[in-house]
Amino acid sequence: MVEANVIYVLVAREFKKFVRDKSRLISTLVRPLIWLFLVGGGMSRLVTPELGMSYMKFIFPGILGMTILFSSIFSSLSIIWDKEFGMMKEILVAPVSRFSVVIGKALSGTLISVIQTVIILMLFPFLGIKMGLLSICYAVAIAVLLSFCISSLGIIIATFYDSFESFSVIMNFIIMPMFFLSGAMYPVNKLPHVLQVITRINPLTYGVDALKHVLLGDSGIVDFPIVTDISVLAVSSLLFVAAAGFLFERKK
Amino acid sequence: MPIIKVENLVKRFNGLTAVNDISFEVDKGTIFGFLGPNGAGKTTTINILCTLLSPTSGNASIAGHDCKTESSDVRRSIGIVFQDTTLDKDLTAYENLMFHSYLYNVKRSEMKERIHDVLHFIGMYERKNDLVKKFSGGMKRRLEVARGMLHRPGVLFLDEPTLGLDPQTRANLWEFIVELPQKHNVTVFMTTHYMEEAEVCDRIAIIDNGRLIAVDTPDDLKKTLGGDVIYIKSSDNKKARSEIEKMFGLEVSEKDGELFMTCSMGDSCIPEIIRSISDVQSVRLQRPTLNDVFLKMTGKDIREEEMSEGDVFKETIRSHRRRFG
Ligand SMILES: Nc1ncnc2c1ncn2[C@@H]1O[C@H](COP(=O)(O)OP(=O)(O)OP(=O)(O)O)[C@@H](O)[C@H]1O
Ligand SMILES: [Mg+2]
Repeated sequence: MVEANVIYVLVAREFKKFVRDKSRLISTLVRPLIWLFLVGGGMSRLVTPELGMSYMKFIFPGILGMTILFSSIFSSLSIIWDKEFGMMKEILVAPVSRFSVVIGKALSGTLISVIQTVIILMLFPFLGIKMGLLSICYAVAIAVLLSFCISSLGIIIATFYDSFESFSVIMNFIIMPMFFLSGAMYPVNKLPHVLQVITRINPLTYGVDALKHVLLGDSGIVDFPIVTDISVLAVSSLLFVAAAGFLFERKK
Repeated sequence: MPIIKVENLVKRFNGLTAVNDISFEVDKGTIFGFLGPNGAGKTTTINILCTLLSPTSGNASIAGHDCKTESSDVRRSIGIVFQDTTLDKDLTAYENLMFHSYLYNVKRSEMKERIHDVLHFIGMYERKNDLVKKFSGGMKRRLEVARGMLHRPGVLFLDEPTLGLDPQTRANLWEFIVELPQKHNVTVFMTTHYMEEAEVCDRIAIIDNGRLIAVDTPDDLKKTLGGDVIYIKSSDNKKARSEIEKMFGLEVSEKDGELFMTCSMGDSCIPEIIRSISDVQSVRLQRPTLNDVFLKMTGKDIREEEMSEGDVFKETIRSHRRRFG
């Protein structure tokens, strides 16, 4: 039911286009850097005492989460382009299972997101973070899991849209709230109660929390045990990918 | 032997009946043309046949496989060139073909050779490593036909293959479409609203407003009009007219100083007519066109349209797509 040839070629296609498109690579790397150094650097003086560490250091896991959020969702939303410009028809009329297409797309998003995340991750020495090879591997593993989860969520979103006209709706009502309500920029427990509830149903929260465990150690600003983080991410990945497969299968 | 069978096919889109109870068969190894104006239901029919849409009612099958229930078998036996291009413009010609080969699980060992073969066939081997966005409309169309042939389908669907191309490019594309059945043992199902193009088909179905109006060979369709029209000019039209009417029993009319008459076998009529009347100054024969057939059957002309505004808009958008990423 899951065809390796289909998954391979979908990932290869996305990877080729990613490597070829320098402007996309640069813009997706510049966004986290702006947030890290311009926003983080600026805020550093205001909030440092409460956190017990520099604000830039505090938001670094969140910035990695942001990199993952944006690149995974954007990769999946390329399905909307594929629909609008016809490429999706070429895929859907081929003798391949819809589920393979979903897995292939989710893995494409994962690969591209992880590449970008690893590049940003390598800035850790400049922020006064100490990581051994093992922690780096843990961080990458979390990035893989979170990227897969968010990419699958992106596919679900993409199945509801046939054109990019609604892009700003997706941006303003899904992506930005997910980012701000994930504990990426401020500790979750500083939020009003209603918003705290939302953070708990946001998968990004658990990804960012897991990254905080690995990058910042147990300095008291994590919200959940790492086992909870990983379990939530794993379960929601499975749910999302199954839902995406189901939604993809529908025929008019 | 029929390879495509369609029985009482109906497709409704909430209230609008796009395909209204059509039935026809297509024989193996032939070129079948689906002729009709914009919105007639051509693309909808193709989408049902290639399993992208399910019909509201009725049956369709390809090579014995039901389009509703055996969609993977159907998909394996067809190739399709959609009305709007479905190439990935950010990949090269070669990469697009490679992508297709993997999707259709073409044997790894044969992939390269097949891709090279089709590239030679469309005369684009030298351009294989160019990005598709650098190609002209005609080159893209040829590449899509090549891609549709890559996995050796039994039936190739071509939805408006020449839309938006200049006459020269259209002619070139046709040259190789007509070769497909013999050279590659494939049945071609194509739609068009260019009448001249439909002439090369072995059989034609005329569709209007979702209804099938006629299915026949181009010649037989034209015969329903009663034959060719002969125009004759003589120094004494009046005398000639009465002579022709008397000798051949044809109804002759006069317009702009020319006599004209409809005659079932125009070519063999002409010599006899010329022999029997004196002082002929000019003769011409006008064969009925499919447009005349369409005109007679539907009471309207098929409009010929270039690329619609929507398509132009999409092309523009596409080149700006990266802005979002
Ligand atoms: N997905 C859809 N939803 C609603 N209506 C549709 C849909 N697809 C097609 N239609 C309608 O069905 C009718 C037939 O459309 P179709 O695309 O089959 O025409 P066509 O013969 O291919 O025309 P053209 O020559 O312009 O390509 C049209 O009136 C069209 O508006
Ligand atoms: Mg059409």
